[in-house]
Amino acid sequence: MSSPILEVEGISKRFGKFVALNNVSASFQPGKLSAIIGPNGAGKSTFFNVVSGAFAPSAGRLKFQGRDITGLPQHEFARQGIAKSFQITTVFKQLSAHENVRVAAQMRASRYQLIKPRRAMSELAERADALLERVGLADHRARPAADLAHGQQRALEVAMALASEPVLLLMDEPTAGMSPEETKVMMDLITALAAERSVILVEHKMKLVMGICERLLVLHHGEFLAEGTPAEIRANTDVKRVYLGQG
Amino acid sequence: MNGLVALIRRHRVAAVVLFLLVFPLLMPYHALAVNILIFGLFAVGFNLLFGYTGLLSFGHAAFLGVGSYLTGISMVHGGLPWGLALLIGVLAAALAGLLIGYLAIRTRGIYFSMVTLALAQIVYYVFYKAERWTGGENGLRGIQVPVMDVAGFRIDFIDPVSKYYVILVFVAAAMWFVSRLLASPFGAVIEAVRENESRAAACGYDVARTKLLVFVISAAICGLAGGLRALHLSVVPIDSLHYLQSGQAVMMCLLGGMGTFFGPFVGAAVFLTLEDVVTTITRHWMAVVGAVFMFFVLFFPAGIWGTLMKRLDRAAHP
Repeated sequence: MSSPILEVEGISKRFGKFVALNNVSASFQPGKLSAIIGPNGAGKSTFFNVVSGAFAPSAGRLKFQGRDITGLPQHEFARQGIAKSFQITTVFKQLSAHENVRVAAQMRASRYQLIKPRRAMSELAERADALLERVGLADHRARPAADLAHGQQRALEVAMALASEPVLLLMDEPTAGMSPEETKVMMDLITALAAERSVILVEHKMKLVMGICERLLVLHHGEFLAEGTPAEIRANTDVKRVYLGQG
Repeated sequence: MNGLVALIRRHRVAAVVLFLLVFPLLMPYHALAVNILIFGLFAVGFNLLFGYTGLLSFGHAAFLGVGSYLTGISMVHGGLPWGLALLIGVLAAALAGLLIGYLAIRTRGIYFSMVTLALAQIVYYVFYKAERWTGGENGLRGIQVPVMDVAGFRIDFIDPVSKYYVILVFVAAAMWFVSRLLASPFGAVIEAVRENESRAAACGYDVARTKLLVFVISAAICGLAGGLRALHLSVVPIDSLHYLQSGQAVMMCLLGGMGTFFGPFVGAAVFLTLEDVVTTITRHWMAVVGAVFMFFVLFFPAGIWGTLMKRLDRAAHP
């Protein structure tokens, strides 16, 4: 077995007296598609925010490719190779779809160059076009992101996350608010992406991830209740009780 | 027509400079043209932070004033040549920008505006109290630019036309720099930060550092405007540091069009020309300028230049 890409060691996150995550540990293998599932209020979003660098954990350590990344600022997570798509669509609204992806791709090439014209960096523009093509937005490249439909904005977010050439892609409910058709397209895209890199999904709708994930982790009351293959999770009586029982 | 507009857009600095070269001929008198040049640059520097990065500072008078005073002090008390004094003024403004920016970027929204306002007021009182250096309430007097001889041309600051063109050289250089900055990779990052900070951070950009860098550059440009103003007026009035100057930068930007390259300049020109014309009619010029300002904010929120650009865009791509 290869060394894990992401290791979560005894992570806790408290907000005042409320314990959102209580001493959770998990490790994720490279090149796999894993999903964190759980009922509402289980701590999924907190888990996502901790592993994606938005919140520093109250206790515990986070290791990415063997390096300790606990407490690094958000932009360092991205620079290390962890990209994320937010639960609430977060794009640069007034900028064109193309510029959204281009600026995301630019991170690897240049951040503080003040005089060089960015027009000269044609490889970034080409890469942005290729990524827009991949997520099905090639026809909308010049439109401001704000003018895109909800599903298209979510696809744009995925293109932006990919633009930074991540080793690990984290996605928080990537199909939230999508129509069934859009959901289908997104799930196909995620499956294709997982063939190239490690992907961790946080998802509320269990049915959605059962078919495509190799490994599921079930969060409940801020702790991992179970983990395993979809078949094992389906057979787990604890999971049935807390999760499937609710429909 | 469309071809012309596209050409102007591609060479925006050249177009601006060309316009500014003939500008004094269009104005009723030259001192007003010089004033517009200086406050145009001040508004452009402010717009970098306000229009492009989305940070509303209410303290930019501090940078105009520090640039003015340090240029003046270097000449009057230090006996330095004006070029070096101007450089010191710009560096001092940048340093003030670093200090104020460092403290202010920790806050957001209205708190950011208030922190910049409060810190700028501290700067005001420091210069007000340091009477021995700054002349206090009377302002700093006695800034003289000697007659120069450049390649056979006699340049005398007493002559407003010569003065205008000397100042234009600096303003044009600063405009070129701002234009390059906006077209650079960093220019893309600052717009990303304006649009969405958490997404910019998730894209791998250090938001705090980006904001601080823009803040310092913006302060330096406003400091240059201040230094040029000291050379222009031969004195530094204490009201250079007054918060009304900060407010003027906001008004000029909004009037001309925030987040557009030339908008702040247009805003400064309209504001100062209005002030100049209306003061000859009534003492209550502020009321008239205020009414015009409100009219534009309510009906043309993109500003004069911003609205014009939008119209041209629509005409080009119906």
